[in-house]
Amino acid sequence: MAPQTMFEKIWDSHVVREEPGKPSLLYVDLHLVHEVTSPQAFDGLRLNSRRVRRLDRTVAVADHNVPTNNRDKPLEDEVSKAQLEAMQRNADEFGLEYFDMFSEKQGIVHVIGPEQGRTQPGMIIVCGDSHTATHGAVGAMAFGIGTSEVEHVLATQCIWQAKPKTMEVRVEGSLANGVTPKDVILAVIGKIGTSGGIGHAIEYTGSVFRSMSMEGRMTVCNMSIEAGARTGMVAPDETTFAYLKGREHAPQGAEWDAAVERWAALRTDPGAQFDALVELDGSEAAPQVTWGTNPAQTLPVDGRVPMADSFDSSQEQAAVEKALAYMGLSGGERIQDIAVDTVFIGSCTNSRIEDLRAAAAIASGKKKADSVRALVVPGSWAVKRQAEEEGLDRVFSEAGFEWRDAGCSMCLAMNPDRLSPGERSASTSNRNFEGRQGPGGRTHLVSPPMAAAAAIAGRFVDVREWN
Amino acid sequence: MEPFTKHAGKVVPYDMPNVDTDQIIPARFLKKIDRVGFGELLFYELRYEEDGSPKPGFTLNDPRYAGGSVLVSGPQFGIGSSREHAPWAIQQYGFRAVIAPSFGDIFRSNCYQNGLLPIVLSPAEVDSIIARAQEIDGYEVTVDLEAQEVRDAHGFSASFEIDPFRKENLVQGLDDIGLTLRREEDIASFERARG
Ligand code: SF4
Repeated sequence: MAPQTMFEKIWDSHVVREEPGKPSLLYVDLHLVHEVTSPQAFDGLRLNSRRVRRLDRTVAVADHNVPTNNRDKPLEDEVSKAQLEAMQRNADEFGLEYFDMFSEKQGIVHVIGPEQGRTQPGMIIVCGDSHTATHGAVGAMAFGIGTSEVEHVLATQCIWQAKPKTMEVRVEGSLANGVTPKDVILAVIGKIGTSGGIGHAIEYTGSVFRSMSMEGRMTVCNMSIEAGARTGMVAPDETTFAYLKGREHAPQGAEWDAAVERWAALRTDPGAQFDALVELDGSEAAPQVTWGTNPAQTLPVDGRVPMADSFDSSQEQAAVEKALAYMGLSGGERIQDIAVDTVFIGSCTNSRIEDLRAAAAIASGKKKADSVRALVVPGSWAVKRQAEEEGLDRVFSEAGFEWRDAGCSMCLAMNPDRLSPGERSASTSNRNFEGRQGPGGRTHLVSPPMAAAAAIAGRFVDVREWN
Repeated sequence: MEPFTKHAGKVVPYDMPNVDTDQIIPARFLKKIDRVGFGELLFYELRYEEDGSPKPGFTLNDPRYAGGSVLVSGPQFGIGSSREHAPWAIQQYGFRAVIAPSFGDIFRSNCYQNGLLPIVLSPAEVDSIIARAQEIDGYEVTVDLEAQEVRDAHGFSASFEIDPFRKENLVQGLDDIGLTLRREEDIASFERARG
């Protein structure tokens, strides 16, 4: 057989039906559901007297709307409350396994999937959320879908997909101290742009990803969509197996050995062809700070914000001018002269234990700047418990950072955690779109250590030279 | 789903690249649990002042483009989130088609699910539609899905590609789920084979 990429192997093993020139009908191994993109899907099922086809392959969680403090108090926001109640009703009526905000297994959907060992190599995983590619870190094909597709998967356990092209993103070398997976993926997006990956499935290869932890690979795969790619993955290896072993839903005993053998065979065959190749030198990567209103508008921390007239086309210039105006920047300022009001450490990109450790290492023994509000929002209750066992909560509290409960929080400001108009944040999340963290809010995306350092200095600093 | 064969309507130009889903509909409006009422919320931040009055200068508030039903914008339209509220808002405002040089992948499939037609034309073709919409009062185009063509009454025409499966579903207004459930045998045998 011709050598195949990992993507092709996963795709081929899930085809339920295919006809030339048409999208394929693919089988879905795991469907993750949350409160925001599902209510209309359940309504559709009800309207047509349909049931959920595979309850054993479906799990739901409340994450986007949930408050991150005072959970024992009644929800202030009536609309959020209605949405969470709808999730509960739908879970009860259709018989779904569901983690509400009081469950000890609750967390951001893309944090709890891998953490509970549900996310496994070789699977097709979908969720009504564009950052579903996070699960690709274990060697799965995971992608975001819309609400109509959520309804479709609930009813049929399948999804129609046109086969994307493949793209290899290869980063060789080794990362300098202070340079994190977040910086690598921002640098990749900066290089290929927000549309570079449109229509492609990415596989991340090279020594930088091979030597990355699972948490780091999740950060990378998470942001595939910011480069336009619906899915991104890393081949499973010993790091993957060590991460999954013993987790609640991972195979056990003899089944484990058989699974590992199967998973190891998923790797891209030598000689397999990708449709596109992007290469980056990991040794040259620097800590990144985004300056604009999309994630490709990123710079090394020692850079200067660009001027609109340094761009070629008039359309680009207009877009840069609009971004600068929104961000309250004039162009030309040093990144390190930009002061921040709020620091948010959290989101499905950077809220796992390793992220919190990296941020705590910077905050340890220091105090945040008086002018800064700093929030740390762990990705799940499990992460929160572990961090507390390690004493990270105390490190943060002593540094003046707020230590919150698990959820999406200020990543998209559907709950009470948000920026006010004109407020500027250093955020470890994945989107710096206009209004993302609250109407008029100005977001700079950074890594967890860069965020923690910004909280202490009150402005961006280069963590490579800072202690 | 309403079938889509041919549609003639006024063009609303929005000459910006990277119109992301947070601009199309901000997250705080995603808390509704029904499918209606999103049209008024379309482009909320760009469209309304803080007190809720229309922002002058934004394309949807421009009287020249009132009642438009074909939205034309820059590259990477609809990048970002998977929220289907984005196509719902566009459609409920009254749009039947969106024309751009490229689209976010998830946004594009969400459009198909709702009978909203996303059309990719070349940057030059898009620019020329935008220029005409800015110059010609009440400028209209005809979007002909069966012929896979966009044309106007002033000599412009451009053809576009579309997946034959998507086209058939749009033309017939077919519901994907009903279609897939006809494949029950295939799904069941796939499940049996995997154990
Ligand atoms: S943390 Fe942010 S990006 Fe991730 S699932 Fe929640 S809202 Fe979406």
